[in-house]
Amino acid sequence: MNTVEIEDVLTVAASWARAGERVALATVTQTWGSSPRPAGSQMAITSSGKMAGSVSGGCIEGAVAEAGLKTIETGIPAELQFGVTNERAWEVGLACGGQVRVFVERLG
Amino acid sequence: MTPALLSALLAAREAKKPVVLATRLPDGAQTLLPDDRSGSDPVRSAALAALADDATREVAVGSERWLFQPYNPPLRLVVVGAVHIAQALVALAPALGFAATVVDPRRSFATPERFPGIALSDAWPDEAMATLGPDSRTAVVTLTHDPKLDDPALDRALRSEAFYVGALGSRKTHAARLDRFRALGHGEAALARIHGPIGLAIGAVTAPEIALSVVAQIVAVRRRAVAA
Repeated sequence: MNTVEIEDVLTVAASWARAGERVALATVTQTWGSSPRPAGSQMAITSSGKMAGSVSGGCIEGAVAEAGLKTIETGIPAELQFGVTNERAWEVGLACGGQVRVFVERLG
Repeated sequence: MTPALLSALLAAREAKKPVVLATRLPDGAQTLLPDDRSGSDPVRSAALAALADDATREVAVGSERWLFQPYNPPLRLVVVGAVHIAQALVALAPALGFAATVVDPRRSFATPERFPGIALSDAWPDEAMATLGPDSRTAVVTLTHDPKLDDPALDRALRSEAFYVGALGSRKTHAARLDRFRALGHGEAALARIHGPIGLAIGAVTAPEIALSVVAQIVAVRRRAVAA
């Protein structure tokens, strides 16, 4: 057994980048109310469709991955907000009623 | 994150050097502190506060918003006594983010066959503890049941900043242990740091269950839960 934390998304993302993948990294920056994952939680995605980690209980990962693919193309970071007050809530909101803000950047 | 910054961040983690990745929101301008001298003083001090708290957070610095992501070296678990419970304990440790070291001068106990991939020390526990230097990110657990081995380790642990100190043994064993430590000159505040009997009360019977109760107690202490 190794000593790498299960949640060490950065290491996984960096290894993907080293292998020539195009990678975006999403990080939870703030949460309000009952959100499932704390600030600092990360998710990495690649243009080839790989995914590691999580930024919620699975409610917003799809939308975050979509934003990640865009950031991989443009290089422009994005800040996303999800929650009941958000218009997109009916599509990809948090069932728990919390709010979460996520920063998406291109890695490498 | 630029390739240069990613390399610097990975190198710092490899060297077990505490750093903070500071990201300005929403434009994503980044710097790695405390090494990068370009960060302004208010950004720097807010970043170092996040590092000390080991907490990722967004902070308003003047008119700017900054995200601080601390990367501290791994938490450490020092286990004295290469016994059956230790085997179960070091199996759980990595998933919780702990790098484990097992200390036991009895060579037939601390073998790579019994502890594959785990750092082992066959030094006497007080010497091993002096070498390991437990800090505020270290938990120390004694499991030998033998005061000759447990006591020197606990003595060193109480003189360190270890955030968790736990000792296997019944209430009676623990009461006798506390008397020995009083005789050594340890005050009541220091003695209260020892969790004994060790572990949260989950009715643990088997070695893996006891290991789970110990790990749960370590997490509870680290997260300042009432259960601790």
